[in-house]
Amino acid sequence: MKQYKIALAGNPNSGKTTMFNDLTGSAQYVGNWPGVTVEKKEGKLKGYGDVIIQDLPGIYSLSPYTLEEIVARTYLINEKPDAIINIVDGTNIERNLYLTTHLLELGIPMVVAVNMMDLVEKGKDKISLDKLSAELGCEVYGISALKGNGTKELAARVVELIKRKEQVQPLHVFAGSIEHAIAHIEDAIAQKAEQKNLRWYAIKLFERDKKAVSALDLPNDLFHDIEQYIVECEMEMDDDAESLITDQRYDYIGRVVAKSVKKHRDHALSVSDKIDRFVTNRFLALPIFALVMFLVYYVSVTTVGTVLTDWTNDTLFAEWIIPGAHNLFTQLGTAPWLSGLIVDGIINGVGAVLGFVPQMLVLFLMLSVLEDCGYMARVAFIMDRIFRKFGLSGKSFIPMLIGSGCSVPGIMASRTIEQEHDRRMTIMTTSFIPCGAKMPIIALIAGALFGGAWWVAPSAYFIGVAAVIVSGIILKKTRMFSGDPAPFVMELPAYHVPAVSNVLRSIWERGWSFIRRAGTVILLSSIVLWFLQGFGMVHGSLQMVSDNNNSLLAAVGRFIAPLFAPLGFGTWQASVGTFTGLIAKENVVSTLGVLYGFGEVAEDGLEYWTMFARDFTALSAFSFMIFNLLCAPCFAAMGAIKREMNNARWTWFAIGYLCVFAYTISLIVFQIGSFVNGGEFTVLTAAAIILLTALIYLLFRSPAKVKAETLSQTAAAHE
Amino acid sequence: MKTLRDVAIGERAVVVKLHGEGAVRRRMMDMGITKNAEVLVRKTAPLGDPIEVKVRGYELSIRKADASLIEVQ
Repeated sequence: MKQYKIALAGNPNSGKTTMFNDLTGSAQYVGNWPGVTVEKKEGKLKGYGDVIIQDLPGIYSLSPYTLEEIVARTYLINEKPDAIINIVDGTNIERNLYLTTHLLELGIPMVVAVNMMDLVEKGKDKISLDKLSAELGCEVYGISALKGNGTKELAARVVELIKRKEQVQPLHVFAGSIEHAIAHIEDAIAQKAEQKNLRWYAIKLFERDKKAVSALDLPNDLFHDIEQYIVECEMEMDDDAESLITDQRYDYIGRVVAKSVKKHRDHALSVSDKIDRFVTNRFLALPIFALVMFLVYYVSVTTVGTVLTDWTNDTLFAEWIIPGAHNLFTQLGTAPWLSGLIVDGIINGVGAVLGFVPQMLVLFLMLSVLEDCGYMARVAFIMDRIFRKFGLSGKSFIPMLIGSGCSVPGIMASRTIEQEHDRRMTIMTTSFIPCGAKMPIIALIAGALFGGAWWVAPSAYFIGVAAVIVSGIILKKTRMFSGDPAPFVMELPAYHVPAVSNVLRSIWERGWSFIRRAGTVILLSSIVLWFLQGFGMVHGSLQMVSDNNNSLLAAVGRFIAPLFAPLGFGTWQASVGTFTGLIAKENVVSTLGVLYGFGEVAEDGLEYWTMFARDFTALSAFSFMIFNLLCAPCFAAMGAIKREMNNARWTWFAIGYLCVFAYTISLIVFQIGSFVNGGEFTVLTAAAIILLTALIYLLFRSPAKVKAETLSQTAAAHE
Repeated sequence: MKTLRDVAIGERAVVVKLHGEGAVRRRMMDMGITKNAEVLVRKTAPLGDPIEVKVRGYELSIRKADASLIEVQ
């Protein structure tokens, strides 16, 4: 059976997601576009087994500058969907039609869906769909995706259109001399491109968008000829080609709108304007922002989220599932190593991760409401000035804030950041902020060596925030993050009540993708660590050990310990503790408890404070704390990093960066600290000074100058 | 040269030309800030930057540094 593909294209905030959900129901597949952090969704059209709807990222244009636009246009040109549904926000028709003019040049059958018709009518504007259709040369329907009005009829029409297989005439919107130049270019490349794509390529060539035509492999002298047509036209029209094209698109839209839309001239403020006057008011904006953030944090981290997560960890897993599984295996007479593997390794490890799920769901609920109602864009508007200094987006505030509760949802909250650089930077630095599970480590250090001094915990937060800022500044200057700064030219969408179905669906999608991760990477890591912890060489043979001191992990710890010696904590116990922290950071404290010979210890390890204090000095303990706060986070958070980066190289880079950064800072603190306290000047002191100098250099050097190739290279690799 | 950055809050201006180059410039044009478009400066963010403008019937936020690339009259 032949499968038909329909691409759903439209601006962000045009109701595209609602429409996609309405058209496909629950038959959806969510993934990422290859190699990039942009989400990809497709689904079967309800009622048609042979029609797939491909949801394209929300875009304003088909320019070569944003990842979303490149992904979309590459798909449209290379995959050639059978039709396009272009969803247009009727309340914001001028800017929405701008994308329409691009799409109509592709030679693909298209239907325009004017969304939010109910709001248009309420606002007393009149859109004549017939006139619009006549002007654009394609069918136009009025719908309300939220209410589900008109979408079914629209889908039926599109399917009919596909099956008729008519040739489509691309839209012509430009003035005579530009059309003239474009016609010349079309002639010049006629042998090189498919007939249907000719106009698209010709316009892109006219705009000097070399990336779009790289697939055609045009010879240099042809470019030279084409350049002459462009320059001639630019002289005549007295502007550059790119401006000419955009200006004329908007001029064309102006004429279309003048003919087909009657605007009700009402200068009274809309409800959305009134809300915005209050919410982003000069004096009220910051207090309101603080209040909203407090609420998000309070509900998802302090109250509801924690209650749910504690219940999952302490009751569901600790009291029901784990003892239940133990009993079951005992009754079945399963070999101890097997029940150990399943219960202590798999269930325990994955359980530690799944415990985060309820908290994440609560957080995602809050985030999708904020996003859906339009406040998220205002968060970026309010915080931009502070965050852009560190190569982050105003929206990075939310991941960092949530990260102080738990890095996992924090990292996943970076999804709301549009620019890929900012998003990657946020993913990399969020786990620097001490999460809830790191509190016991801080309490242990503060209690055992600093007599519970008040300043230890604040210093941990200070170090975390400083690590974010320092990393932001350093990374921003590297090649990986250089290139043109992402333009912060952002739409502030009108406020509206979020659609319940969208919110629920978004929670489900994000939660599920995390759970799946827990079932793979995290599962495997838990098994490996369980094995190392539970088995050891006794009397020359490998067997299960109950005493951690004899385990393989202890052997690994002894082997690794010298690596940590320069940081002041080269004992194997400290190394093993750091390792088990990878399952969950609070394990650092309980593992040390086991290694010091206690079965169960209090959350802050009160029982072994004196023994711990014998192995550490104040300085080495502080260095131990810094390392554990800043190094690679737990498996769950690494899973989240992998999910959000959607790229193995970037994931390893992020984790490697965290470890190297943690090591460097601990080394500097311990070695220079020791020297200042009257220690000898050693090779390591010199190394610490060199590292500190290097760090300061990286902070203050001028940024790496690379032309805007970073983004384009990633993109070109997919073209 | 008068730029959008110089336009007072609550005032309107008409775009003459966009200076600068590359992604930011194209993005501003894509968002509807083109020659002859009318722009109303709505407000400044609480920390002084960016600004909010109304263009083609919707609200747009741009940084002051980018606004100074937009020549207006």
